Amino acid sequence: MDKVKRFFSSNIREISLIIVIVVIAMFVELRSGGRFLTSMNINDMLMETSVLAIMAVGMMMVIITGGIDLSIGATMALSAMVGGTFLKSSVLSGNPLPNLLIVVIAIAVGIVCGLINGALVSKLKILPIIATLGMMNIYRGATYLVANGSWIKQAEMGPGFLTLATGKFMGINNLLIIAVVVYIIAYFFAGYTKTGRKIYAVGNSEESARVSGIKTDRVLVLAYTIMGAIAGLGGILYVCKYGVAQGETCTGYEMNVIAACVLGGVSITGGTGKVPGVLLGAILLGMLNNAMPLIQVSSFWQEAIRGGIILFSIIANALIQRNVEIKALRRRNI
Amino acid sequence: MAKEIIRQAVSADGTRTIQAERSFELKRFFLQWEWMLVLMLILVNIFNISASPNYANVKGILNATRDFLDKAIVVFPMAFVLMLGEIDISVASIMALSATIMGVVFQTTQNMVLAIFAGLVAGTVCGFINGIILAKFPELSSMIVTLSTQIIFRGIAQIILETQSISGFPSWFQQVAAGKVGYIPYALIFVVVEALFFAYLLHYTKFGRRTIAMGNSVTVAKYSGIKTDRTKIIIFTMVGLLSAVAAVYLASKMSSVRSDVAKGYELDIIAMAVLGGISTSGGKGRILGASLAILVIGYLRYGLGLINASSQIIMIVVGILLIVAVAIPNLKGSVGQANWIKNLKRMFIKQKN
Repeated sequence: MDKVKRFFSSNIREISLIIVIVVIAMFVELRSGGRFLTSMNINDMLMETSVLAIMAVGMMMVIITGGIDLSIGATMALSAMVGGTFLKSSVLSGNPLPNLLIVVIAIAVGIVCGLINGALVSKLKILPIIATLGMMNIYRGATYLVANGSWIKQAEMGPGFLTLATGKFMGINNLLIIAVVVYIIAYFFAGYTKTGRKIYAVGNSEESARVSGIKTDRVLVLAYTIMGAIAGLGGILYVCKYGVAQGETCTGYEMNVIAACVLGGVSITGGTGKVPGVLLGAILLGMLNNAMPLIQVSSFWQEAIRGGIILFSIIANALIQRNVEIKALRRRNI
Repeated sequence: MAKEIIRQAVSADGTRTIQAERSFELKRFFLQWEWMLVLMLILVNIFNISASPNYANVKGILNATRDFLDKAIVVFPMAFVLMLGEIDISVASIMALSATIMGVVFQTTQNMVLAIFAGLVAGTVCGFINGIILAKFPELSSMIVTLSTQIIFRGIAQIILETQSISGFPSWFQQVAAGKVGYIPYALIFVVVEALFFAYLLHYTKFGRRTIAMGNSVTVAKYSGIKTDRTKIIIFTMVGLLSAVAAVYLASKMSSVRSDVAKGYELDIIAMAVLGGISTSGGKGRILGASLAILVIGYLRYGLGLINASSQIIMIVVGILLIVAVAIPNLKGSVGQANWIKNLKRMFIKQKN
């Protein structure tokens, strides 16, 4: 009994998130007259959510170190645009590059972006929010320059590339498979490897991490580079899914990703955050995006509702945290 | 260089600052970050003059300010927020919401004065909401809170206006942005007065010293008897009010109101304050620096517009400027903004050895 109790109290965030997800799903199912929990809609929703969920893992790493990365929307756009440009020219020459190579190019661009962010934050000691805010401008500007005012349309990507998002492997959508793989890797990386634990250590206290012999600079660079790589992957998948790459792709996407992390219980001050929580946060956000049009919420209301839910949940999170701390204090007194 | 020890102490009411005497040193005087900004400003203006022959006169230079006065209005209260060690990302959305409310009130009552008043009240309320959430939940980071209120405020503006725009304001209202005394736009006079007011508030009043004390350490400030919650709420409310003032100016400049006005302004506003040497970790900075930085970024944008540089180039330039400005003082362990040249020197000397 005691074990069950401890399990509940240590996973209170995840459990409350699951409850919220179930309640919202039931509500939407009733309101939409049974159009929400159909296998087709669930499939749609999971596809929509996959990219967001993938991105949220990377952002979790960065936020755990006590930083934040506002440049990922621009990184996604830049890496997708570079990858897309290669693809376009190869398709035009009648000899399309293999999908894997395009994905690798995009990830490489993302890694470079992430490395720059990491270097600015760790070596030059610029506050993450300012560094990535500035880099966001630069990456976005670079995206426009690469795009040169034109879009890369579905036809120019060639049918082969689009199967990356629409194709299925053993009856499961590719995007979903990629997301699952990313999550399995992230779960073991964050929880069960030395490097993963070092990220948590740096986030809890950079100073004590340094004193205990962790090369904090390297860990920071690593976290931002992982974020960059994931943003590269997410960018190319996003473009593949929607079939268009342009200068404005993913503008403001970083807000969605940060929101998913915060909903998932990642503390913005660093040091805490779990992979399952982030997954639930991303699912909750993705579900809201999918459900609001279904129950005929006007598109003008969606922004405000989304913002309201984020604000509500971070305040609820803070209240839960306070409660937990008070309880812990009481236990110590007895 | 002679070693100097400067002691600062804030007493219980946050008033007294004890400072060890230090002699006026020419070298130290010229090592201030503000001179760097002056240099940048001169360079930018040389660039602008070479870009356009019509620019190099009093009229041209003063007219160019109208481009960035809307942002300038919000930079000073934003400097206070950064001084606290907080950040407010929702300013652009507050501008959009108060402009929207102004437009709607005008549409229903046809009374412009009432509309402006309603807009100002809306902005103030938005700022107050930010402030009260942050004061009641000090464990929440201001970035996350203002991130979500940013979505909410613009969302409300979207709910109210959907995709329509409101125009047809009375002709006197256009004079708010277009009117001039001689060559000087009204709004420029307003911003100069505002800058003087905020400089006085920050550097010469109890309130300003309390803000700096809180930026250095909220806990220490709290235990030395500063009402930290109240100060925080006042500052965020101030940001809201002045965002609404900026919205009035913006509406007058564009003579119409839409829910997507001022998108992305928060970035420029924060960039201006940070370039001006206001430390984002709190407790450091001067209004003079922020004022100069407004001119640097403002004229730079204007000049890049003169040579028809595409907006993407402008984005890149502003981004680089922001990062370089923050990076320079940090080049070798962040000692202080005044020491940036010394740090640069030290770094080079170390590498030679």
